[in-house]
This record gives sequence, structure tokens and C-alpha cells, in this order.
Amino acid sequence: MENFQYILPEIFISVSIMLFLLVGVFKKNSANLIYNLSNISLVILLTLIINISSLDTIYLFNESYLIDNLSNYMKIILVGSGIFVMLTGSKYIQVINLNKIEYPILILSSILGMMIMISSNDLIVFYMGLELQSLALYVLASFNRDNLLSTESGLKYFVLSALSSGLLLYGCSLTYGFSESTNFDQILVNSTEFNYGTTFGIVFILVGLAFKISAVPFHMWAPDVYQGSPTSVTLFFAILPKIAALSVFIKFLYTPFANMNDQWQTIIVFISIASMIFGSVAAIGQKNLKRLIAYSSISHMGYALAGLATVSNQGIQSSITYISIYLVMNLAFFSCLFMLKRNDQYYENIEDLSGLSKKHPVLSFSLLIVLFSLAGIPPLAGFFAKFYVFLAVIEQSMYFLAIVGLLATVVAAFYYLRIIKIIYFDPEKEEYETSHNLGLKITLAISTIFILAYFIYPSGITEIVSKITMI
Amino acid sequence: MNFPILSSLILLPTIGALFILFTKSSSGKYQSSKYVALFISLANFLLSLYLWHVFDKNSVDFQFVENREWLSGFINYKVGIDGISILFVILTTFITPICIISVNATITNRLKDFLIAILIMETFMIGVFCSLDLVVFYLFFEAGLIPMFLIIGIWGGERRVYSAFKFFLYTLLGSVLMLVAIISIYWITGTTDVEKLYELGIRAEYQNLLWLAFFSSFAVKTPMWPVHTWLPDAHVEAPTVGSVLLAAILLKMAGYGFIRFSLGLFPIASENFTMLVYILSLIAIIYTSLVALMQEDMKKLIAYSSVAHMGFVTLGIFTMTQQGIEGSIFQMISHGLVSAALFLSVGVVYERHHTRLINKYGGLVSIMPRYAIVFMVFTLGALGLPGTTGFIGEFLILMGAFEKNILVAMIASLGVILGAAYMLWLFKRVVFGEMNNQELKGMKDLKTFEIITLSALVIPILFFGFYPEPLMNSIEASVENTLNMYNFDLINNLASKD
Repeated sequence: MENFQYILPEIFISVSIMLFLLVGVFKKNSANLIYNLSNISLVILLTLIINISSLDTIYLFNESYLIDNLSNYMKIILVGSGIFVMLTGSKYIQVINLNKIEYPILILSSILGMMIMISSNDLIVFYMGLELQSLALYVLASFNRDNLLSTESGLKYFVLSALSSGLLLYGCSLTYGFSESTNFDQILVNSTEFNYGTTFGIVFILVGLAFKISAVPFHMWAPDVYQGSPTSVTLFFAILPKIAALSVFIKFLYTPFANMNDQWQTIIVFISIASMIFGSVAAIGQKNLKRLIAYSSISHMGYALAGLATVSNQGIQSSITYISIYLVMNLAFFSCLFMLKRNDQYYENIEDLSGLSKKHPVLSFSLLIVLFSLAGIPPLAGFFAKFYVFLAVIEQSMYFLAIVGLLATVVAAFYYLRIIKIIYFDPEKEEYETSHNLGLKITLAISTIFILAYFIYPSGITEIVSKITMI
Repeated sequence: MNFPILSSLILLPTIGALFILFTKSSSGKYQSSKYVALFISLANFLLSLYLWHVFDKNSVDFQFVENREWLSGFINYKVGIDGISILFVILTTFITPICIISVNATITNRLKDFLIAILIMETFMIGVFCSLDLVVFYLFFEAGLIPMFLIIGIWGGERRVYSAFKFFLYTLLGSVLMLVAIISIYWITGTTDVEKLYELGIRAEYQNLLWLAFFSSFAVKTPMWPVHTWLPDAHVEAPTVGSVLLAAILLKMAGYGFIRFSLGLFPIASENFTMLVYILSLIAIIYTSLVALMQEDMKKLIAYSSVAHMGFVTLGIFTMTQQGIEGSIFQMISHGLVSAALFLSVGVVYERHHTRLINKYGGLVSIMPRYAIVFMVFTLGALGLPGTTGFIGEFLILMGAFEKNILVAMIASLGVILGAAYMLWLFKRVVFGEMNNQELKGMKDLKTFEIITLSALVIPILFFGFYPEPLMNSIEASVENTLNMYNFDLINNLASKD
């Protein structure tokens, strides 16, 4: 095993999970301890990944596992945002009495599943990773089991997710049947000629992936699950599975199915346009902030997919940049949401923000920045995210996609403005608590400054991402 | 010249805003913040005057150019000014201190936030006029929406929410198409650097669509008929200072954009669409003047008159003559001063009597003689009486128009008469006549700070009205250069067709 060091991050996290389980069983009241230990182990995990990230492409386990620039970058932002998700949610789960040993362990196992997904180079390895993360997520969604909405969201997510996994598996079997291999590179070699079997395979696999990324028309679970889950889990849902699924999207489209791009391009364009329009329009009527952000994430995934539809390195890089900026905006938004607390109760309706700016100028200003950034108004980070995507889209002369996408941003701007209106223009309500834990404050400060100051040095992410080339 | 003078001009207000943000005031009234803001904006004004002083008026090149790598590899942060943009920069830095002085009259709550918004706004506005890269231009152009949205929405009147949304969404909708065009230009030519694009030129077959995309953005911002409807709403609901910023500077971004980008980058398309612009401008001039005649709200009347005046501007630009374009630039500067002054004048009586309805006023001359005098100067400036800046602009524009199309020029001249009609009628109803409303008797004449701000506006209006030479000198070479390039491109295109 001379390649042992490359898989060290995955091994480390698996060992940690098992160790924490043991600690949890044998030591009473160890929830806090495990939470903190998990956080530390995530930091160590991050350093381990960064440590191997300078290496070139490496195949492991009979070419079924791949470490390359794409997987390393995706794992870094995945684990990095995982750390921040843990930091921001720590107070929240204590307040609503969810501080149990299972919570951090489930998050860790879900992250492990995602890392396997990201690195997989084989249909079976990929499916294992996918199911590991999904199983953890089913439990997390319904973690607040005394709450009707939470139970509903867990069940809903489970049923729909199982259905989509079924479709995905069927797609995998078709692909295997017609290309005679489960290895991605081998599939690429074997599927040079058009045949209906592989085409059907692609369609089913894309359906399954579109479900994970909550793209229209497979988005139905997202609003309910976002609203019903505990907010810390919603934050997790909003960021980490999206990173993993987008990474797998890139991998599937540009490794095994790279030769079939005339088959899947139309599908991606359609999904992208439908998500951008539906996400923007449906969010207008929402009253609950978590539900609203669910629709908003649907439309954001539309933009990320628009980059993938271009079949160019520029497009892939723009999608990755998009998701990187998107995750920071979500972190900032949810940090603000965690601050709407009064007498051990969290508020999550849009009306609860009414007149927030009078008593909480800093919090309101952060929300203002985040919302304008989500709307894609320059000079904030969200604008650059969209700019890169449209740069790639227009390079391929896909003007229809670009114009629809930009018009959808105008519609989307309306509902972001509506929140800003409620914060800044409406009469004020009761004050919220102002003492928050340090992790939350730091997360909010870092993410807001990132969004605000992105324009000073916008090349940073671009330069890292430009190393990722698939074609 | 190594010192980045333009960047300091752009950044100074933001630094001031940050300073105000991080200082706490013990009294809670934030008077000290106001002095900081005033100091910063005056310093910026002096800096821009210095810039005008050292600026070489005979050169047609862009000066004080700064070119820095920004978005790695393809887009640079590039700023620079020529004879046209320097005037708009000075207009911006001149109007901002006036706004800040006038603030305490109209803004009662959250003064600190308001000052920050104005200073940030100044940064974006100067940025628009300085940028020499399409993406940088777009960045500044769009970013201005954020502070303006907040200014209208937080400190506005009763229907502020509706107006703020309308303003934001109209402008955004117009602008996104421009973004598509900018990115397309990048892929067609390989650069978004304006200077390089002037040299390279854009192939004729792309120009029409690109021109239309830019036009959609500028037409909304100008505003041109029929997308002008956001302007009266925004003006009426915005606080006085917001209206001043909007009328004096924001509307000029589009006129500036027409000259710099539509004419400069797409000469062939500009030639093709001249008639469209003429017709829209004429409708703006005649129709909105008629609408202005019928207004009962003073601010709305001035807002509609702005649309009419900007109609003259677009007409002048698209005559493609030296007089027409110079006249348009002059008219924009003049309108910047006059409309700012008119909105401030309305603010003066609104603050005392809390209504903008014209029929509630009358006979103010007997109780507010000083006010009557300055208001008269501004009225005459707005209707273009010789001796005020308004005259020179309109006169040059009409000269240019007569050279190109007599019918268009004659219809536009009607607009001058209508302009005189609604402005004089407004003046008559507000200042002269009998004082029927007894409540008006208690109104006091101008306060010191109002005298300062209003006379600061009277002086340039009269001075440049009698002696326009300094402004004309500054723009002449650049306008000539723009026109030369324009004609050169057209001839080349014709030659290539033969």
C-alpha cells in the first residue's frame, strides 16, 4: 500500500467517526465533548486534504478512486464549509435541545459519504458514497423528532430521495449493460458510438443527480425539507450536498459521458432554464425565510448548471466559482438567521425582520449585503459569480440561456428587495437578543467581509479554479 | 504622473463613509458626522478642481490613466478622463457638498446612515465617469442602484416603497441586456478596454444588436419616452437631496454613456438608429412638456421637465454634429445645476409648509423676497433664457438639429416654447398672485445655509451662461475627436461595402 497517504483523509474521518461513537456510548453526557471533538477532527481533516492537494492526478483501488485537482478543491470547500456549519449551529442545537451525540456523528458520516462521491471514479463507489451521505441526511432532516414539520420533512426527503436513487441505480445498470464497465474512464472508451441504452442511462442518472441538487423539475422536496428541518440542518442541506452533487455532475458529464455531450447538453440547458425561472418566480410569494431560501437555492443551482451546459473548461470553472461564492452567501444568510433569537426561541418568518435596522444596524447591514449579493448586484461577490457563468455561456454563443438567466435575476431581485424593504423601511418590532456565541459572530463577519471585499481581488478563486480542467 | 489621482477621487468618499461608520457620536445627533462628510466632499471638490487645472485641454487622449490588473488575465481596472468626463466629475463633486449642506433640513432620522449613503453614491458616480473599461463601467453603473434604492426607500415620502422598487427594477431590467452586450463584445474583440475598442472597432454585423442592448439600459436611465415613468415616481417620493442627486447626476450617466459608448463603439448602428432616437426624443420633448403643464405637484412638474430636457440632450447627441454634441454636454451640465437648484427650491417651501401642491401656494414674493429672486433665476435657467446656461445648451442643440433635419429641429423648437410655458406658469402660481392661503403668512425667508447652497448654484448658472468658454474649451477637442472617429468609421464602412 504505497498509496496509503492519499486516502489518509478518508481513513482519518472514518476512524474518528467510530471512535466518537464509542466515546458516546461509554461516556455519559458527552454530547458537547463530541461536538467539539468533531469540529477539531474536521479541522485536522482539512489540513490533511490541503496537504495532499498539491499532487497531480492519482488513481487508487484499481482506478475506482481518483484524487485530482477537482476532487481536492471540492473537498476543501466541502470540509471548510462543514467547519463553519458546525460553528454557527452549536448554540442553536443546544437551545432547541438537539444536542445529542448522534448529531455531529451523522454530520461527519455524511461528509465522509460526500468525499467518497467527489473522488469516485466508478459507478459502484459513487453509489456507496451517495447512499452514505443520503442515509445520514434522512436522519438529520427529522432530527427534531418532536416537531411535526421536521418529521414530515425527513419522511418526505426519504421517500423522494429513495425514488431518485432508484432511478439513478437503474441508469447506472443501463450504462453498465451497454458499456460493459463500471469504471468511468472505461465507459468513456467504450461509448464512442451512439446507442439508446447509454442515452437512457444518461437520462436516468441525470434525473437522480438533479434531484440531489434540487433542480427543477425534481425540486419538490426542497422547500418542505428546508422549512421543516432544524435550521442548522437546513444550512447543511443548503451547502454541502450541493457541493458534492455539483462535483459529481461535472464528473459524470465530462468523464464517462464526455463523448455524448450532444445528448445531455439539451437536458442540462432545460433544467438550468427551468430552475432559474421557477426558483425566481416561486420565491415571490413566500413568507418563511427558510422556504424562501430553498427557492432561491433552486434558482442558484440553475445558474451553476448553466455553466456546465457550455461544454467548456471555462464553463466548468465558472460553475465551481459559482458554488464557492454561493456557499459563502448562504453561510452569511444563515448566520443572520441564527441571530434572530428572543427568549430561547428562533424566528424565521419574513415579518419577524420588520424594522430590524433600527435596533440592529450591524446585523441588518450584513443581511443587506448578503441579499444584494444573492440578487447579483455589483460590486458584491454574487455579481462576479453570475458574471463568470455568463462569460462562459456567451462564449459558446448560447444567447438564449444568457438572456433568460439575466431576466430571471431581475425577477429574483424583486423578492430580495422585498426582504430589504421589510428590514429597512417597515416599522420596528421587538428587539432580539444581542449576545451570540463567538463562532457565529466570526462566521458572519468573515463571510460578510468576503462578499463585500471580493471585488478588490477577484482573481483569487479564479486562479485556483483555473487549474481544474476536464476537457 | 504616478500619484493615482483618479482612484483617490473615487475612493476618498468611501473612506469618509467608513470613517463616519466607525465613529460614534455621543450626542446622538451626529452633527460631527455631517462636518466630516462635508469636509470630505469639499476636499474631493477641490481635488477635482485641481485636476481640471492640470488637465491638458488640447489633448484628445485620455489623461491620468491608471491601468491595473484586476480580473486576472482578461479585465483590467482602467480609469482615465478626457475633456468630456472631467466636467461630469466636477459636476458630481460640486453637487455632493451642496447635498450634504442641505441634509439637515430634510432628513430627521438616521442622519448618519444618510451621509454614508450619499458618500458611497459619490464614489460610484465618479467611478462611472472615469472608467475606461466596459466591465468596470457596468460595475459602477449598477452599484449606484443600491444606495439610491435605500435613499428613496428609507427617507422617502408616502409611496416610497413603490417608487424605490420601480426605480430599482426598471433600471436593473434595462441594464442586464447591457451586460450581455458587454460580455459579447469581450468574446468578439477579445477586450473590454474602451481605448483598445476605439482602435479595433467592432464589426458592422454585430453593431445593431449591441447598440440596442446598450440603448435599453441608457434609455431607461436617461429616461426616454416610453420608459420614463419611473422618474416622476422616484422624484416625488425621494427626499429633496435624493431628487437632487438623481436629477443632477444619475440621469447624466446615460447621456454620457451615449456619447462614450453608443457613438464611440457602434458608429454604424448609431447612424442606423438615428431616426428612432429623434422620434423618441421629440415625443419626450413635446409630450412630457404637455404633461408637465398639467401637473399639480411641483416636484412632478420638475421631474417631467427633466424628461423633456433630457430629450433635448439625446436629440443633440444623435445629430452627430460638433454643435449638437457640445450643446448636449452643455445642456447636461446646465440641467445638472438647474434641476438641482429647482429641487432644492421646492425643498425650501416644502420644509416650511409640508405640501408640494402648487395650488396651496401663491404670493410668496411678498413674504419671501429673497426666495423669489433665486427661484426666478432658476426658472429662467430652466426655460433657457439667454444669459443662463440653459440657453447655450438648447441653442447649440437646435443649431445642430437644423443642420441635419429641419423638421425635427422645428418640432424641437416648439418644446422650448412649451418649456417656457410650464416653468413661467409654475413661477407665477407659486411666487406671484394673491396669497389666498392664510397659513402661508408664517413662512420665513431663506435661512443662512439655504442662501449658501442656492447662491452656490446661482453663480455658475449665470457665470457660464454669460461666459461658457471655460466649459467649451474643455470639451471641444474631445468632441471633435469623437466625431472624427465616428465619421472615419462610417466612411470606412461605406468603402468596404463598395
